[in-house]
Amino acid sequence: MLNIALPKGRLGETVYETFAKAGFSCPALLEKSRKLTFENPQAGVRYFWVKPSDVAVYVERGAADIGVAGKDILLEYTPDVYELADLQVGKCRMAVAGFPQKYPSAQMLRVATKFPNIARTYYATQGRDIDIIHLNGSIEIAPILGLSDVIVDIVETGKTLKENGLEVLEEITPISARLIANKSSYKFKTQAIQTIVQAIQEKNL
Amino acid sequence: MGFDIQTLPRQLSKLYSKNGYEPYTMSKFEEYALYLRNKDFLVSDRVLTFTDTDGKLMALKPDVTLSIIKNTRPSTGAIRKLFYQENVYRPGKSGQGFREIMQIGLECMGQVDAYCIFEVLRLAILSLRTISNACVLDISHMGLLSRALDEAGLSGKLRKMALAAISSKNLHELRELCSSKTLETMAVLCGKPAQVLPQLQALFPDAPELAELKILIAALESAGCADCINIDFSVVNDMQYYNGIVFRGFVEGVPEGVLSGGEYDGLMERMNRKEKAIGFALYPDLLERLMPPSKEEAPKALLLYSTDSPLEAVAQAVQKLAQQEIAVNAQPDTGNVSAAGCRVYRLEGKEVRYLGNDA
Repeated sequence: MLNIALPKGRLGETVYETFAKAGFSCPALLEKSRKLTFENPQAGVRYFWVKPSDVAVYVERGAADIGVAGKDILLEYTPDVYELADLQVGKCRMAVAGFPQKYPSAQMLRVATKFPNIARTYYATQGRDIDIIHLNGSIEIAPILGLSDVIVDIVETGKTLKENGLEVLEEITPISARLIANKSSYKFKTQAIQTIVQAIQEKNL
Repeated sequence: MGFDIQTLPRQLSKLYSKNGYEPYTMSKFEEYALYLRNKDFLVSDRVLTFTDTDGKLMALKPDVTLSIIKNTRPSTGAIRKLFYQENVYRPGKSGQGFREIMQIGLECMGQVDAYCIFEVLRLAILSLRTISNACVLDISHMGLLSRALDEAGLSGKLRKMALAAISSKNLHELRELCSSKTLETMAVLCGKPAQVLPQLQALFPDAPELAELKILIAALESAGCADCINIDFSVVNDMQYYNGIVFRGFVEGVPEGVLSGGEYDGLMERMNRKEKAIGFALYPDLLERLMPPSKEEAPKALLLYSTDSPLEAVAQAVQKLAQQEIAVNAQPDTGNVSAAGCRVYRLEGKEVRYLGNDA
């Protein structure tokens, strides 16, 4: 039985549809209930919903054999897992945003973000000294209130930025949902994991 | 036979001693400069430091191999074979706080030859089997990876990124970095040698590294290790330090590799040593979740006495109970003593009265 961690929310439901189309359905998963895990013994899968940012932890620590996590989470937490496929859903980009006229070029840059490691790594490659302001949400408000010079955040359509006079200043990396696997599970459940990955990739092509 | 973490160090010591390895012990700390010079070799660059009485900056050792190289004299003839059981100090997985982690391992330094590499791999497999027969040793070759990266024309940052993609079997990002069919094959190629070696032969028909790998695998198979060997190029170590065979061991039920090692001639060279070297380390703390449920402990006795009980009476009561109970815990009866899991007695005058379990 493969344990599969899916991210709660719209992305998770889209991803589940891909798994179902690939032959690993579990209709109970989409029913409203208080159950926490959902099994389809015939297909050899057990699903569970977890907070999107926790999927990588469940997989790295072996509570789930495989899971689906955003590339943003993988870059931020760098879990020691295999990244077996780009599912090509949940597409967006990690970007630097702010007021273009207020992007200081020389002095220490104040960066508000939910992703301190990604921001630190990005600016380290540019040799730029930054002051990270770690926030947990509503990042866009930081430059508006003068808390930061820029933000490093996920941008989907850019509509929220635009409505607040902010712009994408630099794109850091494209983001999408990735299928990840626990390294040890991959050794002992090789066939089951490879079968599911192959089936999903065939449906995705 | 079930796995017992308590006896594992002793079993492994016996195994290594029997194969000619000598025990090696070392200090808990080294000069910080040693780790600073070789920080890429370490699992984490965060090290616990303190200032010694002479003003030198010291560090609680985060790694054993560096200390062994630094503190042993170059071998003049025979291959130096050492094993150790030491604690190292590293940040925990969550990055919150340092942890004391036990490491058991061995090192070979000197004219390391094919037999020596075979012996170390065999001992790695036997170490894993001491824990469980459901184990896998993933074997890779940095020389073959290096050859494929050279052929793809990758250097510097791109080379590092390609290696990172291979180590996470991340084919989609590898394809964005380069268009090398050889590297793409290596990123996904893994499994039993019988399946993998023919594909490698097609990729590297004349590579001496592949010839070396084939000889080693054949010897391991002849030594009865076939069932737990995989070839898997996702085992990737830093090329500054590791050059040839690298490997990682997994045990079913443990979510990460419990053993890792390889040939580290590059590290020896950086530390001005001309010898070759190979070794591995095993991390017993990762095995705690494999422990069978502990046997139900025999109940302990809790003897409650009042604060005005004569000392002699309490001492005699404890002595009397000690003859019939596994353990006796005497406590003044403050009304606030936890009796969980205990048979509870109370000293009344000179008499001991049994009150019941968890009373």
